Amino acid sequence: MTRYILNRLGQSLVLLVLVSMIGFAVLNLAPGGPLSQFALTPGMTQADLDRISAQMGLDRPLVVQYADWFWRLLRGDWGRSFRDSRPVLDVIGGHFGATLLLMGTATVISVTIGTWVGIKGATKRYSIFDYAATVGAMVALSIPTFWFGLVAIYIFSLKLGWLPAGNMYTIGNGSFLDYAIHLIMPAMVLALVDVAVWSRYMRTATLDVINQDFVRTARAKGMTPRRVLMKHVVGNALLPMITLAGLQVPTLLGGALVTETVFTWPGMGRLFLDSLGYQDYPVVMGLLMFSAILVLLSNLAADLLTAFVDPRIRLT
Amino acid sequence: MSDKHRNAILHPNRRQALAMMGMVGATGLVMPGILGRDKAYAAPPSAPKGQVIIGFSQEPTVFNPHMLHIEVDEGIHFSVFDPLFNVDPEGKFTPALAVEVPTVENGGISADGLNWKVKLRDGVKWHDGKPFTADDVKFTLDLVVDKDFRSARRAGHDQVRDIKVVSPTEITWRMEKPYAPYASILAATFIVPKHILEPEKDRNTALFNNAPVGTGPFKWVERVAGDHIELAANTDYYGDGPYLERVIYKYIPDLTVLYTQFKTGDIDVTGLQWITPDHYDEAKALEGKEVQVVPGATVESVTFNMEKPQFKDPAVRQALYYALDKTTIIDALYYGLPAPTETYMPQQSFYFNTDLPKHEFDIEKAKKLLDDAGWKPGEDGIRAKDGVRLSFTNSTTAGNHIREQVQQFMQQSFKDIGVEMTISNLPPAVMWGEYWMQSKFDSVVVGINFLTGADPDSSDYFLSTSINAKGGAGQNTSQYSSPEVDKLLGEGGRVFVPEERKKAYLKIQEIIRNDLPLLPIFQYATVRGRKKGMTGFAPNVNNRIDSWNVGTWYWEQA
Repeated sequence: MTRYILNRLGQSLVLLVLVSMIGFAVLNLAPGGPLSQFALTPGMTQADLDRISAQMGLDRPLVVQYADWFWRLLRGDWGRSFRDSRPVLDVIGGHFGATLLLMGTATVISVTIGTWVGIKGATKRYSIFDYAATVGAMVALSIPTFWFGLVAIYIFSLKLGWLPAGNMYTIGNGSFLDYAIHLIMPAMVLALVDVAVWSRYMRTATLDVINQDFVRTARAKGMTPRRVLMKHVVGNALLPMITLAGLQVPTLLGGALVTETVFTWPGMGRLFLDSLGYQDYPVVMGLLMFSAILVLLSNLAADLLTAFVDPRIRLT
Repeated sequence: MSDKHRNAILHPNRRQALAMMGMVGATGLVMPGILGRDKAYAAPPSAPKGQVIIGFSQEPTVFNPHMLHIEVDEGIHFSVFDPLFNVDPEGKFTPALAVEVPTVENGGISADGLNWKVKLRDGVKWHDGKPFTADDVKFTLDLVVDKDFRSARRAGHDQVRDIKVVSPTEITWRMEKPYAPYASILAATFIVPKHILEPEKDRNTALFNNAPVGTGPFKWVERVAGDHIELAANTDYYGDGPYLERVIYKYIPDLTVLYTQFKTGDIDVTGLQWITPDHYDEAKALEGKEVQVVPGATVESVTFNMEKPQFKDPAVRQALYYALDKTTIIDALYYGLPAPTETYMPQQSFYFNTDLPKHEFDIEKAKKLLDDAGWKPGEDGIRAKDGVRLSFTNSTTAGNHIREQVQQFMQQSFKDIGVEMTISNLPPAVMWGEYWMQSKFDSVVVGINFLTGADPDSSDYFLSTSINAKGGAGQNTSQYSSPEVDKLLGEGGRVFVPEERKKAYLKIQEIIRNDLPLLPIFQYATVRGRKKGMTGFAPNVNNRIDSWNVGTWYWEQA
């Protein structure tokens, strides 16, 4: 087991280096550069821009810039943002909490509702509920998040006035209730698509298990349908969901990209968009590495967890 | 723009009030709304009271006013720091950290324009309690030209020599050559504290840059990255105000959301990039809000690359101007908000030339001009002369939907006179990089503020030595070159008395209007909104930011 984990970690490291190389190259090959946005600054001259570019080390060959960045990273220095000159880890850390709060809430909502809808759909197959859930999931999957977000703001903030139109909290308030009220709409919008995904997977997984022999045996020996469902079906149906959860983490980050903009949520998704827009290379690279690590770790965690709960699987 | 949007530019205890009213009447530069006041304003509160939330669609991140930054950052700079003197909406200087604005008349500037002397206010304190002195001014002027510092502006400052601190309240220096626009540059040069920045080894990454200490009306409290910046009243402020306890700059990345949060009352004032033109009709009908169309200094134009053979003949440029249907562009695409213009100079400027010939949209005249100049239509209907086809590309920032429509519209009208224009748009980083700076384009649609702050100097854009593609330094990307304009720009820069300078700039505008290195389309105007009762808001075409005078804003008492 230890050997397996070490192996996987080793592979992950190689992957990370590859990701960083490709990311760095793509970023720098994009035309323009971090300074071109200042070309129209009043009083700016080409000579001034060149001088600043040299100061920032942007005039060096790409390979040298990469090696320098990588070497610093090895020593724990992630560099400084071009925009506000703060250390990259501080910048990311400042946005991580907001994303975690939003992502965490959305995940809890989508897993709870999605699992319930999925199981109910499978046990009451071809019922009105099942059809409604299927159609609902298709619609939810087809609607772009930003559109759904704007419609939600229009209805619940502008027309009904029930919920705030965005932001994480009221400036100067910051009580638990204030956070909770602000969290409802973005979390629901972000969860919507995932409810659809989860319920579809859960329905399929439950159907798989329901038709298996051991379920029939359990029923035959006189177990109540409810006990069969809880004891034999759900437990087994949840197994593939662990892997799915591992794969869902990055999509949640991606979904938050749009949701955070619509709801003025100061999280990592928006930080990523802004940093890309300003060609703030150190922060973009930092976020890239951060999410890559997150993806690799969550996948590893999912695999380990599956092995842990399912004695049939042995990792070697 | 109508009078019902009452503007709260003035309030009784501002010294400039009377002077400004006088000037408005005298010069006829009436900003709509200023005088349309029909009830007395309540006086500002005796102690700072309440807060204002200003929404920005970009996030301010650069708080050291001298580092490379974007427009929104200046919102923070104006609140936290002070320059030696400010520019008011009429383009007049008003003293801030200086006791009086140096002029040739009061002896602050020597008759030859070379020696400057500035008397400073006594008893001003930095937000940390340390006294402000002439050493801070010297340090600031040295810092901006420090070659290890990522300075946003060196031009102008690099001509300052021999800075001498005469006493804690007096400073003198010598200029390499007489340079009148320097007063305007100084009006945008915020003084930073020597005692904090000098000990820092690397000023580009100093802690100060994320926790600025100034002398301005508001003190830095905190920044929640990606969300907002909070400032608190500086109760020791020497000037007028502050009347608000807190100012909050809120970052809202999407313009639709910015407008929505203005409607719901989450923000009190819409800052950059304001309310989009398509929302104007709805916005002005909003209950409890004041919405106003405010002109900016930026002029939208079709700029030619004068070195391309298609544009060397003045008749071509004139014909294209005749074929440009400005009225339709402004009314149909920009909701009628911007004002058509014939020059690069903002209409609010003292130096604006009112006598320029008015543009006519006339396809027949355009055709005749080209016929007379010998540009004959070829088999494909496109005119040509001496092997040069009247065909060119036009570029602008890809993704700017209104401009893209303007281009398609122009394409149609130009085709009617036998000129082929193809559209070739580029992402911003490419468009304004080498392609623009090194004049690699045929023609572009671009919005430019041609002035140096409030100063009419536009040497950067029209001087023949400002062409980067020819080894110069500046922004003359159209490669316009006229010995007469060069001479006049030189004169205008050396003369310090506005009435005398005006002659040079009126003439320059006349020549540019005649030569047409750019076809002026309109001067920008944008829609700004604020909650009713927010008083003190004063649009200022000379600054890039609405909250330039946030120190004197207050909530009208109910």
